[in-house]
Amino acid sequence: MSDDNKDTGSHEPREDGGTPERVIGTPSPAAEKSLLPGGAAPAEGAAAEELDEASAKRAERVVAVFFLIAFAASVAFIAYYIGWSGRDGGMHGIHRTRESNLWLGGMMTLAFLAMAVGVTIWVRRLMTSKPIIQERHAPRATEETRASFAADFMEGAADSGITKRPLLRRTLLLAAAPLGLAPLVLLRDLGPKPGTRLRHTFWGDAVKKAQSQGKKGVRLVVDGTDRPLRVSDFSSPGGMITVLPEGIEHDLPEEKVLTQVAKAVTILINVPADQFKPAKGRENWHVGGIVAYSKICTHVGCPAALYEQTTHHILCPCHQSTFDATDAAKVVFGPAARPLPQLPLAVEDGYLVATSDYHEPIGPSFWERG
Amino acid sequence: MSEAATAPKAVEGPLTFLDDRLGSTTFFKRNMKKVFPDHWSFMLGEIALYSFIILLLTGTFLTLWFKPSMIEVVYDGSYTKLNGVKMSEAYASTLNISFDVRGGLLMRQIHHWAAILFMASIMAHMLRVFFTGAYRKPRELNWLIGVGMFTMGMLEGLFGYSLPDDLLSGTGLRITQGVAESIPLVGSYIYMFLFGGEFPGQDIVPRLFTLHILLIPGVLLGMITAHMMIMWHQKHTAMPVKKQTETQVQGYPFYPVFMAKTGAYFLFTFGVLALLGTFAQINPIWLFGPYDPGAISSASQPDFYMGVLEGSLRIMPNWEISAWGHTLSLNVLIPALGPLGIIFTGAAVWPFIEQWVTGDKRLHHVNDRPRNAPVRTSVGMAAVAFYGILWVAGANDVLAERFHVSLFATTWFFRVAVFVGPVLAYIITKRICLGLQRKDAGIIGHGVESGVIVMSPDGEYSERHEPAREQERTVILSKENSRPEPPAVDANGVPAPGSKGPLGHVRSRLNRAWTFDDIPIEEHGHDEEHGEVENGREPKQLNH
Repeated sequence: MSDDNKDTGSHEPREDGGTPERVIGTPSPAAEKSLLPGGAAPAEGAAAEELDEASAKRAERVVAVFFLIAFAASVAFIAYYIGWSGRDGGMHGIHRTRESNLWLGGMMTLAFLAMAVGVTIWVRRLMTSKPIIQERHAPRATEETRASFAADFMEGAADSGITKRPLLRRTLLLAAAPLGLAPLVLLRDLGPKPGTRLRHTFWGDAVKKAQSQGKKGVRLVVDGTDRPLRVSDFSSPGGMITVLPEGIEHDLPEEKVLTQVAKAVTILINVPADQFKPAKGRENWHVGGIVAYSKICTHVGCPAALYEQTTHHILCPCHQSTFDATDAAKVVFGPAARPLPQLPLAVEDGYLVATSDYHEPIGPSFWERG
Repeated sequence: MSEAATAPKAVEGPLTFLDDRLGSTTFFKRNMKKVFPDHWSFMLGEIALYSFIILLLTGTFLTLWFKPSMIEVVYDGSYTKLNGVKMSEAYASTLNISFDVRGGLLMRQIHHWAAILFMASIMAHMLRVFFTGAYRKPRELNWLIGVGMFTMGMLEGLFGYSLPDDLLSGTGLRITQGVAESIPLVGSYIYMFLFGGEFPGQDIVPRLFTLHILLIPGVLLGMITAHMMIMWHQKHTAMPVKKQTETQVQGYPFYPVFMAKTGAYFLFTFGVLALLGTFAQINPIWLFGPYDPGAISSASQPDFYMGVLEGSLRIMPNWEISAWGHTLSLNVLIPALGPLGIIFTGAAVWPFIEQWVTGDKRLHHVNDRPRNAPVRTSVGMAAVAFYGILWVAGANDVLAERFHVSLFATTWFFRVAVFVGPVLAYIITKRICLGLQRKDAGIIGHGVESGVIVMSPDGEYSERHEPAREQERTVILSKENSRPEPPAVDANGVPAPGSKGPLGHVRSRLNRAWTFDDIPIEEHGHDEEHGEVENGREPKQLNH
């Protein structure tokens, strides 16, 4: 950073008798001249004390021009705001916003930058302060002060009695300790205990409700359309679609919907039947190669939303955990440690249904997960 | 500065009022001409300060319209593409600020850019302080405050960009949830207590809002005040140039030069941020849509200062331990806490470790040149490489797509690079530092090449060397040659103080590592040295 002494800031006039600076090639004429014509080159940082009045006058005018530009820009900012930004009763959408952003922002930029440039030229060309030197002092107090402080401190401690009355001291500490804990206790109601809520999703409730009505399971509805899905709607291999349990949007109080969706959201994939390798004990969980996996990545919970048809890989775009859709969503690559949980599927009246909740907690691992 | 000793009435009046009550004129008198040494790199911290002020100003503007609420509403506003869409009030009010409040979008964009500039300038400032050794005694406290502010700034930024409740910020919160859950023993409790139940619930945005606009800015403001007061009190460090010594500081007086310069600098900072806010779109939340836990866009990235976390999460192998009914997610825990833990803890304890290793307990007001503390500089570069590699790893998908390499290959590359890179950085930096030291030793010992070729009576051509200019010599001679420590065990088998016991043994080994290859820079007797050089002899091996 400071390795080159050209960069070291404070400009030093060259000592007499020093070696001339080494020059390679023809010296540039520009180096010999200051930018403002006339006068000796002022010291960097602030102008030399003796200013050539003519060049100072010129510099003053340049600064004034910049200040006037800043003034004009600020006035234009206000004028545009009052006169034009709110025409037809306010802004209407992105085009008017873009226009007003350009004008307001542009004028603001101009005002600040013009003022900044003006002040900079003022400092560099017109201020006559010279560098000064100040002493640095060690922060430490003198030994007498320190000794006298120590004496005062011990005297105060003795006067207060805290050193010679241990009962006082100890009971005071005792009294203070629970007070420090009290705020922690007060934070208890920040949230509920986890309980078993991390182990269930709305699929379980919905399946239970459907089965109590004598059905096999709950229908799958397409996310966003709320339309129950027929097997025939999803028959072409290679497809992927996001589904939710039927009723999640309507059976729940409005404020609970998003929270339940965040756990229940599921991807449905149609894997070509010949490539599908059902996991042990889950042979009847798929419908002709149509499988359902939790969409919530087991890494940190992003939606594993990308499906590559040719490789049958499910990819989470956040941290690239990759799961094999043909093989029980086992982890192929990436930081996720567990396969995506699978949802048991069946068919009822031509509709796809889920016959139970996920058999394991969905989403990221947690300490009590097991 | 001279005769006329009375200020104009408009100044004198209030000053007298204050002086009569506070005795303030003594203070003003003492501080008005406070010297500030000049160097461009001393301005980096100022950018952070001014960004913070701009953040307070624009942030206050935004709170006037922002509604930190996750109650669901149906949007009906100026951005017609989202009319009829269900979203949280937080998101709807952010759309309202962008499209219906005049200047709202500008303020939002300036606010976001200022946050990015705040973090970037803190990083640059900390690197400057580190590499010049400006954290050394007596400035360790300010270094610690700085590390604290960096940490706070990261949290503040994360909470801030989570507020609009758009798709991107919701995804960030989801990741926060996953990270919270991975904490052993209490993870699921922390998750529940943070979100007031399960993700996303209705509490998280109002809670983050309070933290973002009240608690953390308040803490930051306190830290900044302390930082500035300590800096003012201790006086600024200076670069090792002429007239800057341990006992004196040279520069322009605070009033009027530094005041005007720093004022212009504030205006520049604000101007550049306004320029960015005007022309460089940032976080266009209307394009992302409201948060939907089932939706995601590919190549979603956090703000740059969180990239290091993103990268470490991405390249971590999928280690997880399940035993006795419990799960330990090392695949989340290690990347979330490890790298930043190493960097922040490392930064915080470094000044004390260095003091312990070098045994240097003196006050330092003149900065080191990075080359003159090769171990420090190399450790710093190793940390930069570590951080940088993890940061780039946070974009491994973008890299894979842009350069048509396999995603898995980029991930594996970073898994290796994160360990190899810092080691390489250390070695290369050390070599460069020592090379520069050698060059300095050459300049002092033999002078600089003058460009004048002379022919000796024998017909031999050689280049004349001239002594370096005074200011150059001052800079080079600012190096303090390391004095070899007494050997750990003297001739009689008595261990030297500070090298007793296993810890002392470690210390004396580290001390040797710190100093063993130092290249002494010494002024030789000029005349004889010159004779040699003028005879065109190659400079001898300078050391060892």
